[in-house]
Amino acid sequence: MTISKPPVEDFATDFDHTDPEWVANPFPIWDELRETCPVAHTERYGGAWLPTRYEDVSAIAHDTEHFTSRTVVIGNGRPGDDAPPAPMGVAPPISSDPPFHAIARRLMQPAFSPKSIEPYNEFTRNLCRRLLAPFSDASQIDISADYAEHIPTLVIAHMIGFPPEDEALFREFVHVVLEAVDAPIEERIEMFEPIRIYFEQQIMDHIENPRDDLTDFLLNAEIAGQKLAPEHVFGTMVLLIVAGIDTTWSAIGSSLWYLAQHPDEAERLRHDPELMSLAIEEFLRAFAPVNMARLVKEDFDFNGCPMKKDDWILLSFPAANRDPEVFEDADKVIIDRKVNRHAAFGLGIHRCLGSNLARMEMRIAIEEFLAHFSSFSLADPSDVVWSQGQVRGVRKAVVNIS
Amino acid sequence: MKVTIDPDKCQGHGRCFGGAPDLFDSDDLGQGIVIGDGTVPAGLEEAARLAQANCPEYAIEITE
Ligand code: HEM
Ligand code: SF4
Repeated sequence: MTISKPPVEDFATDFDHTDPEWVANPFPIWDELRETCPVAHTERYGGAWLPTRYEDVSAIAHDTEHFTSRTVVIGNGRPGDDAPPAPMGVAPPISSDPPFHAIARRLMQPAFSPKSIEPYNEFTRNLCRRLLAPFSDASQIDISADYAEHIPTLVIAHMIGFPPEDEALFREFVHVVLEAVDAPIEERIEMFEPIRIYFEQQIMDHIENPRDDLTDFLLNAEIAGQKLAPEHVFGTMVLLIVAGIDTTWSAIGSSLWYLAQHPDEAERLRHDPELMSLAIEEFLRAFAPVNMARLVKEDFDFNGCPMKKDDWILLSFPAANRDPEVFEDADKVIIDRKVNRHAAFGLGIHRCLGSNLARMEMRIAIEEFLAHFSSFSLADPSDVVWSQGQVRGVRKAVVNIS
Repeated sequence: MKVTIDPDKCQGHGRCFGGAPDLFDSDDLGQGIVIGDGTVPAGLEEAARLAQANCPEYAIEITE
């Protein structure tokens, strides 16, 4: 799909977040744009804008009057009328605008509060230990394929009560859902069919055998005395799988990838567990995995940029997190950075609902990895694979362990 | 010194209760709340200032 595209010559006028140069190392691109053209543009994807300054990313994230979340993944071409309508969108609450957004979000909030997440700590820790156990005598481990990709997948499967042996299927879903946005509507429906069938089976199973998990929580939830529409339950469950997996997998992977190149920092963390909270916020800032999208609602002038109805905005929280106006030594990873107002979980009404869960998974995954291997280092820095698209993270990074 | 959270701005990022658990807590929805009446005990002034500096929604106010 992207292989045939011409390479980007000028990111200010022709940016592409799937360009190999961007995928390998987007930071210098953003740094230069921030200085020379803080809101870049491209004709690709039917027309898109890219703000790279924190202030502009924040302004757009907070401005639900001029920008809609109807579609949050950039596809090939303008979404036009094919895109599912606001205010609910295909996957509430992420695809919802006010006022429906607040209702859909509020419904889910109790299930993702810090106190609701805590009971999953032990499950997560045991899971990490189980994943690492086979590597006790090994000489190498792939931090992505052998470790990071399994953690959020199995945690969310546990939370919604889906069979853990279907793990690979969930990662496949994530792929289809993110890819399907590019496809024509008939093809999209066709690709979604197996997902719909699988979810229907699992949901039926929950109706027949009620239990205390997130699926039952959604099935029993009500808006104004009415059970949720079936497409609301389905859309939210797909969202939990899609939003929960790639993102946290990426965050864990990037953190370990960094530590595998900085053994002294790994050692500091082993000896000073208090440092972990600061380090996690710094990894989230420096390697923020998630870029979101918005659509321009109506023709609108943003800081002199003539935005047109249905233009895309690539809302890059990762670029905002590298803005030297807001962060001292923005390009340096400082694991005990104290002042760190990062936006990795978004800004405004769509703040990541899973942030407490994601932080918990990151902490335990890193703690267990540090405890299991007394030293580890990246085997071959040139043999690291990064994901392509709006979620950035390590997809292959082999480390030598001892 | 006293801290307050503006509930209209707070989006539950959790930087306050995550970084300064002696001053802040979370409610059942995961939104930030101040502990007690928000009076900052001696020795926690720095923690209060950092919470304010790290809140992504500028929801925390400090009165001296
Ligand atoms: C480090 C890992 C993660 C990162 C960096 C991340 C990032 C984000 C960001 C930036 C948004 C804002 C979307 C927007 O503005 O359009 C978001 C929303 C969301 N995330 Fe996460 N996320 C992570 C993990 C998770 C997990 C584990 C879950 C739950 C299973 C989750 C569930 C959600 C949901 C439901 C929303 C939509 C909230 C709303 O629209 O009100 N995320 N996430
Ligand atoms: S850090 Fe700010 S937005 Fe987050 S919970 Fe605390 S007050 Fe609310």
